[in-house]
Amino acid sequence: MTPITPEIIAKHGITPDEYSRIREILGRDPSFTELGVFSVMWSEHCSYKNSKLELKKFPTTGPRVLVKAGEENAGVIDIGDGWAIAFKMESHNHPSAVEPFQGAATGVGGIIRDIFTMGARPVFSMNSLRFGDIRGESAEARTNRRLFAGVVEGISHYGNCIGIPTIGGEVYFDDSYAGNPLVNVFCLGILRHDQIARGGAVGIGNPVFYVGAETGRDGLAGAAFASRELTEESKEDRPAVQVGDPFREKLLLEACLELLASGCVAGIQDMGAAGLTCSTCETASRGGTGVEIDLNLVPKRETGMTPYEILLSESQERMLVIVNKGEEDKVRAIFEKWDLPYAEVGVVNDDGMMRVREGDSVVVEIPARKLADDAPLYSREAAAKSLPAPLDLSKFPEADCAAALHSLLSHPSIASKRWVWSQYDHMVRLGATVLPGSDAAVFIVREADKILAASTDCNAIYCLQDPREGAKIAVAEAARNIACTGAVPLALTDNLNFGNPHKPENFLQIREAVEGMAEACRKFDTPVTGGNVSLYNESPAGAIDPTPTVGMVGIVEDAKHITTQFFKASGDAIILVGEPGDELGASHYLLAVHGVKAGPPPKLDYDKELAAQDAVRKLIRSGLVKSAHDCAEGGLAVALAESCMSGDTMLGATVKISPDSSRADVPLFNESQSRIIISVAASEAPSVLALLKKTGVPALQIGTVTAEEKLEIATAGKTFSWPLSGLLETWSTAIPSLMRG
Amino acid sequence: MKFAVLRFPGSNCDQDCVHALNAIPGAPADYVWHKDTSLDGFDAVVVPGGFSYGDYLRCGAIARFSPIMKSVKEFAASGGPVIGICNGFQILCESGLLPGALVRNRGLHFVCKHVSLRVENAASRFTNAATTGQILNIPIAHGEGCYFADDETLLRLQTNGQVLLRYCDAQGRTTDDVNPNGSRENIAGIRNEAGNVFGLMPHPERACDPLLGSTDGLAIFQSILQS
Repeated sequence: MTPITPEIIAKHGITPDEYSRIREILGRDPSFTELGVFSVMWSEHCSYKNSKLELKKFPTTGPRVLVKAGEENAGVIDIGDGWAIAFKMESHNHPSAVEPFQGAATGVGGIIRDIFTMGARPVFSMNSLRFGDIRGESAEARTNRRLFAGVVEGISHYGNCIGIPTIGGEVYFDDSYAGNPLVNVFCLGILRHDQIARGGAVGIGNPVFYVGAETGRDGLAGAAFASRELTEESKEDRPAVQVGDPFREKLLLEACLELLASGCVAGIQDMGAAGLTCSTCETASRGGTGVEIDLNLVPKRETGMTPYEILLSESQERMLVIVNKGEEDKVRAIFEKWDLPYAEVGVVNDDGMMRVREGDSVVVEIPARKLADDAPLYSREAAAKSLPAPLDLSKFPEADCAAALHSLLSHPSIASKRWVWSQYDHMVRLGATVLPGSDAAVFIVREADKILAASTDCNAIYCLQDPREGAKIAVAEAARNIACTGAVPLALTDNLNFGNPHKPENFLQIREAVEGMAEACRKFDTPVTGGNVSLYNESPAGAIDPTPTVGMVGIVEDAKHITTQFFKASGDAIILVGEPGDELGASHYLLAVHGVKAGPPPKLDYDKELAAQDAVRKLIRSGLVKSAHDCAEGGLAVALAESCMSGDTMLGATVKISPDSSRADVPLFNESQSRIIISVAASEAPSVLALLKKTGVPALQIGTVTAEEKLEIATAGKTFSWPLSGLLETWSTAIPSLMRG
Repeated sequence: MKFAVLRFPGSNCDQDCVHALNAIPGAPADYVWHKDTSLDGFDAVVVPGGFSYGDYLRCGAIARFSPIMKSVKEFAASGGPVIGICNGFQILCESGLLPGALVRNRGLHFVCKHVSLRVENAASRFTNAATTGQILNIPIAHGEGCYFADDETLLRLQTNGQVLLRYCDAQGRTTDDVNPNGSRENIAGIRNEAGNVFGLMPHPERACDPLLGSTDGLAIFQSILQS
């Protein structure tokens, strides 16, 4: 027996207070194995102990919510006609920092399991990625490129093999993520209302089956690893990174869906973070029962594994299934059909304990509910709020705006991401009707004959400067992207990425962002269906910029409404819905051209935003809109350039904006919110403008789509003319040329 | 004409093929499990795309030992039409039903995109609904789609009119620039000498619905129906 010393307790990340609580629960000292079990279940990753009190602020209910956030592995939302969707976003930041390929691959595998555990067939994935700067020849830039390439390849490897299309997402590059990349993966599945599967161990006497990959020593205590800061020594944690097998998961996916359809299943739970430990105590806790398993029966990849190792292993592609007694043979036949290792490892009982045996000796005996749901909750100390002073523009002289557009388009965060998404199979399952590269992805779910739009968004510069406003804008922008496709937002999942919550300035960011996001969710009527919190995102250089990422899903009512961001025909009128704007604070212009993150982010006015989105959606539905694109990073100039050149055919534009400012950079590159550029047939322009006026949404015709391959913008007494071939070259080659060699 | 769509462990375009075929009048399709041994009642066989057995050893190398492949060989020997798409093409090459091999893409990355394909020979059971020289827009999605065969095999394929599709540009030129994977002679699809077995890397089932941007894939399936 390993003695429990204060050092061992500390090494498990358990505080002296938490240890006394464990002693209180058990009425004795824990064994070494039990200490390990507590340490993973009470890690931030599993227990949300530092964030739960904040997360309670999110709206989680609504008429469409069938399964609420936190109830099960993923929330479930009604989409009509008896169909529902289960979706969620989750991070795999720390593993990807240490081993990008496997870290990202197993992130994809984990989120897919969360979805099919709900009884849903996963139909598409997306991802939101953040890396350090990939430009230049420094050792750091080279590392960032290696991480970027590895993560993209890992996602491609896993997603392509399992046959779930990766249809969109976002990638940003910023110094704050150097050494601590963010890999947030999103998956959505489709199911009928009556197919919702639950993760409760119900039915006393029901057998407990283990199915899937054998348990090995990989990913030992990954949940605890993910709840620490990354240090120079983190690469020694490589055994904490799991190895993924998408082929095994494909078999597991098909087998589980077949199993759930057979009616033999009383409860099902994937083994993700904290593996066998988490799935055993969580199913027991949800079922209000106890679960007893025998580790000698668990399929193992290696010999000589201790109970500690078996319980804390995070080997991938494993599930725990509680089977209705008497149906065992049917279940075995399905596992055998799909060539999956399986074993009956235990039984559901009525004493509320998670009891783990190794043959005859009991190695863990803990009240399941206390372990799963009674982790201590902390409200950490938050620093006093301080907001950036208004931007003093005189400090930032107007740049050469002709060159500035090229600087923005070549900035890796804005440049074309084709290099990324062409490596993902985005077309399998015959759904990608709008390919990656437009505002939101639009996907036809063939099973249900429904069309969904989905977008992931977060501008971390805004969140750094003002986490509350930044988080509000993340929700608003996601909703705006969805509106631009012709869809209505339904609900969202979030992935809250922050630094160490014990540092008051970080905890302030968490609280502000959560409160801002919660408020925006109420305004946009998009309940939070669940998500993930990733704290301790720090490298030796400090915390990442706060990155509360939103993954929002909407529904398109009619295929005729599907709209993309690209201009369609010369002669069409270009209309700016919203005001020209003048807010340069926290803009990518200041970052890409002046090299600073400065000033407050643009202000979000909910009424204006909702009115603009609603008006554009109405126009789209009346068939008047040929293209719609939101103005985001890089402002109007970047949005116009993208509308000209990101479609199948290049079309030019001639635009005139009369600003209040005497500077051209303000109208060209400001990032004021609630702005959408639409194009409509010239003959329809007057009636479109009249309709917009009637709804009280500011709008004006700012120009015309042309056949000439140039973008011409006249503003502030100057006229800029960019040949599209040059803009396209800058925008489309930036990332491939950095990643070559 | 009833289509059998094979399902290997790791197939992932099986549902797409069944969906696309069932939407074509006169082309009902159903799944056939790889452990089955009979193709009775079927008039054509589709070996769909995916990652059979994870493609861990070599693409298609394990699938060829599945029980159903014996029946597919017999079916092909008796003149029945067999089409292998993407991983299905790889399986047909590994099974010896088609010559050559598919190796890692020249660019080393997986590539998913729409490509232009030139129909090289419309006098075949798989292309007769098109015309020779016609350009089809059909997507590809593969990491190992670089067609390789020795000079002698290439010459024989050419002489016998077995090359049915080549990667080309919008004008139909088969330049190296538009070769997405480094395939020899821009080859995207070939048939066997008897003319009843066809393998191609592009996915015709992904180009059968205007909402997906192209319906050119229909030409391939309609050719099978017409012959």
